[in-house]
Amino acid sequence: MSTTAIDVHAGHHHPKGVWPWIMRWVTTTNHKDIGTLYLTFSLVMLFVGGALAWVIRAELWEPGMQFVQPHVFNQMTTVHALVMVFAAIMPAFAGFANWMIPMLIGAPDMALPRLNNWSFWLLPFATGLLILTFFLPGGAPAAGWTMYPPLVLQQGASLPFSIFAVHLLGLSSIMASINIIVTIMNMRAPGMSLMKMPMFCWTWLITAYLIIIAMPVLAGAVTMLLTDQFFGTSFFSAAGGGDPVMYQHIFWFFGHPEVYIIILPAFGIISQVIPAFSRKPLFGYAAMVYATAAIAFLSLIVWAHHMFTVGMPLGGQLFFMLSTMLIAIPTGVKVFNWTATMWRGSLTFETPMLFALGFLFMFTIGGFSGLMLAIAPADFQYHDSYFVVAHFHYVLVPGALFGAFAGAYYWLPKWTGVMYDEKLGRWHFWLSTIFVNLTFFPQHFLGLAGMPRRIPDYAVQFADFNMMSSIGAFGFGAAQLLFVWIVIKAVRGKGEKAADKPWEGAEGLEWTVPSPAPHHTFDTPPVIK
Amino acid sequence: MKRHRELTFKLALMCVGMFGFGFALVPLYDVFCEITGLGGRTAGEAQQVTENVDYDRTVRVEFVGSLASGAPWEFRPTQSHMIVHPGKLYETHYFARNLTGRPLVGQATPSVSPGIAAKHFKKVHCFCFTQQEFEPHEGREMQVLFMVDPDLPEHIDTVTLGYTFFALDQRS
Repeated sequence: MSTTAIDVHAGHHHPKGVWPWIMRWVTTTNHKDIGTLYLTFSLVMLFVGGALAWVIRAELWEPGMQFVQPHVFNQMTTVHALVMVFAAIMPAFAGFANWMIPMLIGAPDMALPRLNNWSFWLLPFATGLLILTFFLPGGAPAAGWTMYPPLVLQQGASLPFSIFAVHLLGLSSIMASINIIVTIMNMRAPGMSLMKMPMFCWTWLITAYLIIIAMPVLAGAVTMLLTDQFFGTSFFSAAGGGDPVMYQHIFWFFGHPEVYIIILPAFGIISQVIPAFSRKPLFGYAAMVYATAAIAFLSLIVWAHHMFTVGMPLGGQLFFMLSTMLIAIPTGVKVFNWTATMWRGSLTFETPMLFALGFLFMFTIGGFSGLMLAIAPADFQYHDSYFVVAHFHYVLVPGALFGAFAGAYYWLPKWTGVMYDEKLGRWHFWLSTIFVNLTFFPQHFLGLAGMPRRIPDYAVQFADFNMMSSIGAFGFGAAQLLFVWIVIKAVRGKGEKAADKPWEGAEGLEWTVPSPAPHHTFDTPPVIK
Repeated sequence: MKRHRELTFKLALMCVGMFGFGFALVPLYDVFCEITGLGGRTAGEAQQVTENVDYDRTVRVEFVGSLASGAPWEFRPTQSHMIVHPGKLYETHYFARNLTGRPLVGQATPSVSPGIAAKHFKKVHCFCFTQQEFEPHEGREMQVLFMVDPDLPEHIDTVTLGYTFFALDQRS
């Protein structure tokens, strides 16, 4: 960036008064500010989505109808998923990307700072549009986050709102992705070749390409829903020669890459954390890069394993079953490389490492149940049951979310300049781990025993496991308040002063700048040997 | 800066391309279904058949009728199923009644399940080929003449023929 842009911001670091303080954050183009905004927003949204999940688990506490009407229950499951996917997890990793990628590659800022500002500030409005639908006649979207027609077209006033919210959320993540790719391709410090980049940059580079490939397809699919409902087209209406099953194909062409969009940045964080606390370089760096690329490629050709039950011919089932199972190979490469990184390392178990290890164990559980679901003949039994719910929550919560926690604890000293409360951090890890397993492990059994997902009431034989699951969910939610407290303490500077490199075994350019990282870093690019 | 602009432009172009690709999937899907007969689509016009009966094999053909939501009609098959021999011509009827006090025009869209059976299910005559006009409160039976092709894959022993009946002003 030009020096004038830096001068403009130099006077804005400690503005006086409420309005200048607000405008400093609204107009900021600094990658660290925007990273902070993303991370704060996603943490708030984690609790919004979590509150909806609490309503779900309260209603499922025991058989029979307790608190909410079935229609309200369906709104809870739908908006919980949309908020968690698009407003909590994806912005969280966008926040990590904004904060860390320039510092990891030795760049002064993101390549397109104004676009960066815009891509963040679209988010609160898009999410607001979505949450606003609770106050519309007919309530929020209730047809599931997958928005299958024809059901979704019957949901009333919330349809255009939720579609425009998805458009804006998609636009936001596309712009963030363009920014990340341009930054990584054009702004690496001299001497930092692509194959010398930290793994987190690699996983985000590939994620950004996946977002650019998949997100516009989702935008197209929901646009077709919009025109079907309001402009007389018949993309998904059999009456006009369309086909509702085609929506599922288009949606999952986006939807399956989306799950890797969520998990790949977490892979990147884990690949930073495990070497640091094993005091060894990452085992098989090149293999990790190729495995990530292979996962991304395969994610684009396996979508129909979400819809084995629509009536596919044998050839189709075989193709999607086998290609899905193929993903286990590059994923296995990653898991074994992380394990090999720890082999004969001198391990210590600070909170980031605990979350990384929790990720490794529990993400793998989710991976294995994914393999079970990939078996087409068995999927007819599992489809739309709680087994699916258990599977994807294992990869999303102790997978993606634990990855984000590992990264947050790992880089918090760099962001705030103080060490977070290690004792509370460990409490946070152990409570989260116990409760997340209590929540989701029994759901495997519920699904295998035949409990369908997205229902507010259930047969009495499912009562015990549901109550366990609800206890787990309440405990897990409460444990996250501990995380908020730990972050607030660190942000307010309460704690031991952090060294520039607070982790003995950590490697990377981000540890060469002071803690807390000054507003502008690497104005003169570092030289990589 | 120029490098940034070039790459940004290329990536934005890629996004526009992928948005277009989403829509391109629609005709691609139609072509794919037409070639393979997947998606349960059957021919929209009468097909020529020659009888070549396979008396050793029986197939259960089930009939389903459903209405587009809110359509003011009564619509149902007159029999729930038939046991048929492949290669033989059969006749069945669907019943429809206009429940309103004004004349209506409707049409049915056929669908065969499992999808793979669609191209082996031949309709010689079907009320779904044409628009059906109904006087106020008129109800009548409508004919389907069909044959299950002897080429129907061996493992399929049940075929479901479903019609969805639409008031024509719901069509676009």
